[in-house]
Amino acid sequence: MTQNYSPLLSLENVTMKFGGLTAVNDVCLKVFPHDLVAVIGPNGAGKTTLFNTITGIYTPTTGRVKFSDHDLKNTKSSDITALGIARTFQNIRLFKNLTVLDNIKLAKHTRIHYGFWSGIMRTKRFKAEEKKIEAECIELLKLFGLETKKDFYAKNLAYGQQRKLEMARALATEPKLLLLDEPAAGMNPTETKELTELIHLIRDKFNIAIILIEHDMKLVMEIAEKIFVLDYGNLIAEGSAKEIQSNKRVIEAYLGAEVNL
Amino acid sequence: MGYYHGILLLVGIFITLTLSLNLINGFCGQFSLGHAGFWGAGAYASAVYSVFYALPLPAPVNMLIAIAVGFIAAAICGLIIGIPCLRLRGDYLAIATLGFGEIVRISIMNTEMVGGPRGFINIPHLANIWWVFAVAFVIALFMFNLKRSAFGRAIISIREDEIAAENMGVNLFNSKLFSFTIGAGIAGIAGALFAHTQQFLHPSNFNFMWSVIILVMVILGGQGSVTGSIIGAVILTIVPEALRYAGGTVAEWRMTIFPVLLIILMMAKPEGLFGAHEISFRKRSEG
Repeated sequence: MTQNYSPLLSLENVTMKFGGLTAVNDVCLKVFPHDLVAVIGPNGAGKTTLFNTITGIYTPTTGRVKFSDHDLKNTKSSDITALGIARTFQNIRLFKNLTVLDNIKLAKHTRIHYGFWSGIMRTKRFKAEEKKIEAECIELLKLFGLETKKDFYAKNLAYGQQRKLEMARALATEPKLLLLDEPAAGMNPTETKELTELIHLIRDKFNIAIILIEHDMKLVMEIAEKIFVLDYGNLIAEGSAKEIQSNKRVIEAYLGAEVNL
Repeated sequence: MGYYHGILLLVGIFITLTLSLNLINGFCGQFSLGHAGFWGAGAYASAVYSVFYALPLPAPVNMLIAIAVGFIAAAICGLIIGIPCLRLRGDYLAIATLGFGEIVRISIMNTEMVGGPRGFINIPHLANIWWVFAVAFVIALFMFNLKRSAFGRAIISIREDEIAAENMGVNLFNSKLFSFTIGAGIAGIAGALFAHTQQFLHPSNFNFMWSVIILVMVILGGQGSVTGSIIGAVILTIVPEALRYAGGTVAEWRMTIFPVLLIILMMAKPEGLFGAHEISFRKRSEG
């Protein structure tokens, strides 16, 4: 793949240290618009930490995260969302006691154009805007097959539906880049297959770039155009599915190296 | 002022107070243990205005100014506590507000200008029961509409999950500070009404026990529910008084029976009477 346009997201020598532990070590990677890439690696390789540095939950110890033309250093997590990065969480973080529809509406927070008093006085503008948002949210729920559940509490959804709702909620923030943290965790093969199609559909329909962390190698190999492999915080390989499968260092990271006794 | 009239007046003031704490505790999920402090700060500040600095204006206008003074004084206190504490996650706010409540009470005790431990007397009778309930109504409407607007949703999301809320683009600190300051300010309004209906203030009116009672009203009604807060305030003001009339032993033991009733209720319905719901005639489908 040759790309002569500028990257959407670029990590420049990002290192994240927690005391003596280096969770992410000197990682450089670039993601371009409309890319669908995967980050894989054994448990504890620093994948989620990498996501957390991108979304501003952690500030990298050294190095830079750049999104389009913005340096994300000292940018609040909430402002990063406004710039156009959305994510899901490995351990689902829905607003459990709110309805499915309210969960999605909340994600529209940065896209709402009425003032505080407009909401309190329930002006025409407020009503029009809320109506528009609700329509958009329902449209999104339809895509995920959740529109019949819109008045359910998020906590009452089945596990697979909760995962979907989290994705729908991330999309509702109108991102340019979507980070999915283990979207297939705990799903059965049928659900995983459905998810594969859904991820493709999302990428094309919303025209966004997607980075996913995943342990389900079948899913990764099937959909990722490019794979980054992390091991103990180091980026040990990057390339297409084929290249990664035959990469010696990757095999070593997962299965261990041969030792001559 | 008759006995029933007095109770009704307190009901109205406690509705406002409970609604204001519900914004902090129920909507935003921040634990404040010094709400009586904000109530007291508002009460004394408004009384200082109407006793010492009242402008030669008609009584209702002066009452409006007193309310504004109460609001501003309490809101400033809220800002002072909120700015350092709300940056932190965890229970720091509870500890700081607990301290704040005591600071207010002890400062008043030692201020000769407002009567110190003898109490603040001769506050003009500017407000009446209509004022009290009109304000309670306006505040309830404010809370209802806030809950259904984007700002309210953002505040509620913080209670549900801070990290996810921030990830949805909600500015945590600003939203928390907003609800804390406005909540404190509204408690100040309740203070202004209290001062100008009772015409007498005493520091012990605003001690820690009252903070707890307001908190219990919020929790009893259901954290996050506007109608729940109203009903919580009504029940907790009326039941202890009603038990006086139960006669004989019950009346004697009312302050023992009342907490037992609360314990039973919280065991049966730990989310409060209404949970986060409102009384509504619309049917909901809940899976």
